[in-house]
Formats: sequence, structure tokens, C-alpha cells
Amino acid sequence: MSLLKAYLKDFWRYRYLLYNLISRDFKLKYRRSVLGVVWSVLNPLLMNVVMVAVFSTILDMRSAGIENFSVYLIIGQLLFNFFNEGTSTAMSSVLAAAPLIKKVYIPKYIFPLEKVCFSLVNCVFSFIALVIVMLFTGAPVHLTIPLALYPLLTLFVFTLGVGLCLSAATVFFRDIMHLWGVFITALMYFSAIFYDPVQMGGAAGEILRRFIGFNPLYWYIKGFRMAVLDGQLLDFNTLWVCAACALVALAVGLVVFRSQQDKFILHI
Amino acid sequence: MENSKMIEVNHVSMRFNLSKEKHESLKEYLLAAVKGKLQFDEFYALRDVSLEVEKGDFYGLVGLNGSGKSTLLKVIAGVYKPSAGSVTVRGSIAPLIELGAGFDMDLTARENIYLNGTVLGLTPRYISEKFDEIVDFSELRDFLDVPLKNYSSGMVSRIAFAIATITKPDVLIADEILSVGDFLFQEKCEKRMKELMAGGTTVLLVSHSIEQVERMCNKVTWLERGRVRMAGDVRTVCEAYKALDQGTEAGT
Ligand SMILES: Nc1ncnc2c1ncn2[C@@H]1O[C@H](COP(=O)(O)OP(=O)(O)OP(=O)(O)O)[C@@H](O)[C@H]1O
Ligand SMILES: [Mg+2]
Repeated sequence: MSLLKAYLKDFWRYRYLLYNLISRDFKLKYRRSVLGVVWSVLNPLLMNVVMVAVFSTILDMRSAGIENFSVYLIIGQLLFNFFNEGTSTAMSSVLAAAPLIKKVYIPKYIFPLEKVCFSLVNCVFSFIALVIVMLFTGAPVHLTIPLALYPLLTLFVFTLGVGLCLSAATVFFRDIMHLWGVFITALMYFSAIFYDPVQMGGAAGEILRRFIGFNPLYWYIKGFRMAVLDGQLLDFNTLWVCAACALVALAVGLVVFRSQQDKFILHI
Repeated sequence: MENSKMIEVNHVSMRFNLSKEKHESLKEYLLAAVKGKLQFDEFYALRDVSLEVEKGDFYGLVGLNGSGKSTLLKVIAGVYKPSAGSVTVRGSIAPLIELGAGFDMDLTARENIYLNGTVLGLTPRYISEKFDEIVDFSELRDFLDVPLKNYSSGMVSRIAFAIATITKPDVLIADEILSVGDFLFQEKCEKRMKELMAGGTTVLLVSHSIEQVERMCNKVTWLERGRVRMAGDVRTVCEAYKALDQGTEAGT
């Protein structure tokens, strides 16, 4: 508890730095490309069109029980992208900040935190793509849409926790970056992004249904879809799994990061 | 009495691992661990260093290259955590160790002033208030909206020094910063530090210019290979330090 308090105090003191680092990333990312923010929207949108075209020709999504495959798919895409970008950039953030860390005292957790925040900003921008797809496919607007904030925010906390662990580990072992790249590609296929395990038949569906519950990302994506696509209230299981995964990841992340942060300077 | 000690350094040691092969990948690490080769060459940059800086002191730190001066300042500034011993600093601290921490060469000077200011823990409001003062001091108003990568290194240092000294810190620690910039700017920097001192700031200064130390400091510590060789009044220590020079010359 006192650990959390110390973190919050530091956080308050350096909130402007956090803000400035995010706006720096933002300027550097968007200043030079003519289309600017438009890319954040266009990229998932084009991706979505391609994937819908591919999967709809191979499989009949409607008979597989997914009513609006475009929206179903893009929600999975966007949330998974957020997790992917957040953890990957957070992972190398401490190393990238080496020139700064060597010169002044700054609470070091600010670097992974900044990257995850910046990914969230990007993710929120890319929700424009979601809106476009919803309008285009004539998806109904449900009153439950604001509930999607819950899976989004818990996913943010979860990503932060994972990012803290990874960034601390990467300082000591650089090759974790490559391992994580492989892991996350594998994880993508087990996050129910372009299929619905509940509706899936056959032995593969059987196995997926049994194991996919162990993937936290599945629950965040599922919760988001319930609120936005199905117009349902979040069920009890989704609620607690989202919160529990987030809190456990954050707690582990903070403890790992804190125990290692004084040694960073000797390894970067 | 107790509060007049602005900086207290108690028996600080700083150990670095000078491993020749850094185990930066898991495979290397595991192989080394299996072979039992996982030892590091330990190197003490500081060994059992103690010093006290009192309020109003202009404290000098001298020593040859690699004697641990910069390391000591970084320990005091909280950049390094000492492997043994403890450091207490009372009040706010402005570290002028390596200027321009957090400067991003792709951003303009204006943006960098805000970024670097917040790195040093200032609020954007405060920076806005002092913005003109910073720009005037660095004399670079015409270049404000130019990316920093198009600056000369002296120009970058000017901006950095101006930001770092804009607050009225209780403690200012400065590592050879007076050697940057042209001579006019050096004089300006010295004046700024004197002004800060008049306002009650305590200064800890590293310099290779012995006459500058003699001119500005009242107390000096002489570090040699990470240990305190001599500490005390500026006259005695500087005499002894200069005698070292003659000693080696006579020896060769
Ligand atoms: N990060 C580091 N890793 C390993 N060794 C280091 C590190 N930083 C400093 N050292 C070692 O510590 C010793 C003291 O370095 P330091 O920079 O404090 O010297 P200095 O007194 O400031 O020298 P100079 O007068 O050249 O500025 C040096 O031998 C240096 O090799
Ligand atoms: Mg030095």
C-alpha cells in the first residue's frame, strides 16, 4: 500500500513530464507524415477490409454465428493492436531513455507508463475507424456502448503491468524483445480476433473453448464486443476476470520494476 | 546547527561491474552461468567517501581524470544509488551535471525548453513565466523555432544552462559546465552562479581549472582514485594539489 502511495506521489510530481513526453511522441510521429492522424485510422481500416475479404471468401461468417463480421473483427484488431503496441514500445522504453536516465534523476517507471499512455491515445484515435465501419455496415447504436470503457481501461492497466515487467527484464536481457515478438504473434491467433470460439465447431473449437479463457486478452475483447456490438451488459465473469487480470499484472509489474530499477543504470 | 548541512555524504562507495562480456542475451547468460563464469570484474569508482557541505558554501571538487568526481555528483543528484553508504540533501537541487538532459534534437528550442524544464521538475506555468528570461539569457531568440539539431553545440549548452539555473535552488551541483560556451558566456555563467549564491544557494562545483576553484570556492575536496585524498580549506588543498603537478614533473 505504501508502495502504491509512493508511486502516486511521484506520479503527481512528474505529471507534466509525462504529458510532455507524450506530446513529444505525438509531434514526432505525426509532424512529418502529410496524412498525419489519418494514418491511425486508415491503417486498421484497410487492414479490416483486406481481412474481411479474405475470411469471408474462405468461411461463411454468418453461418459461423457472427452477424456483423466487419465490426466484430475490427474491435479485436484495435484492442489487440493496443496491447501489442503498448507492450512492445514499453519494453524498449527504459533502454531508449538511457541518455536521460544517465543524466538526471527521474522516476523510471515514467517511461513504460508514457509508452502505454501514448498507445492508448493512438488507440482512441483509431476508434474513428471503428465508427466508420459501424456506420458503413449499418450496425445499430446500443445504449450499452459507454460500458466499453470498462474493458478498455482494465486493458490499459493490464498492458501497463505487462509493460513494466517487460521493460525491466529487457534491460538485463535484450533478446526478450525478439521472443516477445514471436510470442505476441502466436497470441494473436488465440485471442478470438477473427473467429468466435463459442460458435466454432469441430475438435479445434472444442480445444479453443477449453483454453481460450486463460488468455486475458480474450476477455477484454469479449467485454468490448458485448457492449458495442451485442448491446449487452457485461456478465459477471467478464467483469471480474478483466479486473483481476489487470490488478494482478499491475501489482507484479510494480514489484518487479521497483526491485530492479536501481540496477538499470549499471546495465544501460 | 543540524540544518546548516545542505549535503551530507556518509561513507559512500560506488561499485561498477566492468564485465568484459556483458551478458545481454539470455543464451549468453545461461551459458556463462552453467560454466560458472558469471563473475564480474568489480570496480570501485568511489570508496568510502564522506563530505559535508554547509549552507552558503561554495564547495570545490578537484582530482585527476577518472578520480570519481562526476560519479560522486551523480550519486548526490540521485542518478546513481550508492552501493554502500548514504547521501542526504536538504532542499531542492539543480543538477548541472550533463546539461540538456532530455533534449530531443528533432524538436525546436521552444519545445525543448518545456520538455527539459519538466524533466527538471518544473511546472509548465513556471516555465512560461520565465520563458523570456531563459531566452534572453541564452541570447538565441532568433533561433527559437529551429530544430535543435541545427544548433551548434555551444548554442545547445547556452539554452541548457539557462533552463537549469532559472530556479532558485537550495543546492546547485555543477560539473565542468563553466567550460562550455565562449568566454563571454562563461563570464555570464559565473555571474549567474554568484547571483544564486548571494540568494542563499549552496554550490558544489567540479572544475579542472584550478585558478577558477581558487577564485570561487571556499572549501575543497581532492579525490584520488575514488578516495578522499585531502579535504578542507581552499588554500591548503589547492597548494597540495598543485604540488602534485610539480611532483610528477620533478619525477620525470
Ligand atoms: N557507468 C559506468 N560504468 C563503469 N565504470 C564507470 C561508469 N561511470 C564511471 N565509471 C568509472 O568510474 C571512474 C570515475 O569516473 P568519473 O567520470 O567519476 O571521473 P571524473 O573524476 O569525473 O573524471 P573527469 O575528470 O575525466 O571528468 C572512471 O574510472 C570510470 O571508468
Ligand atoms: Mg567528470
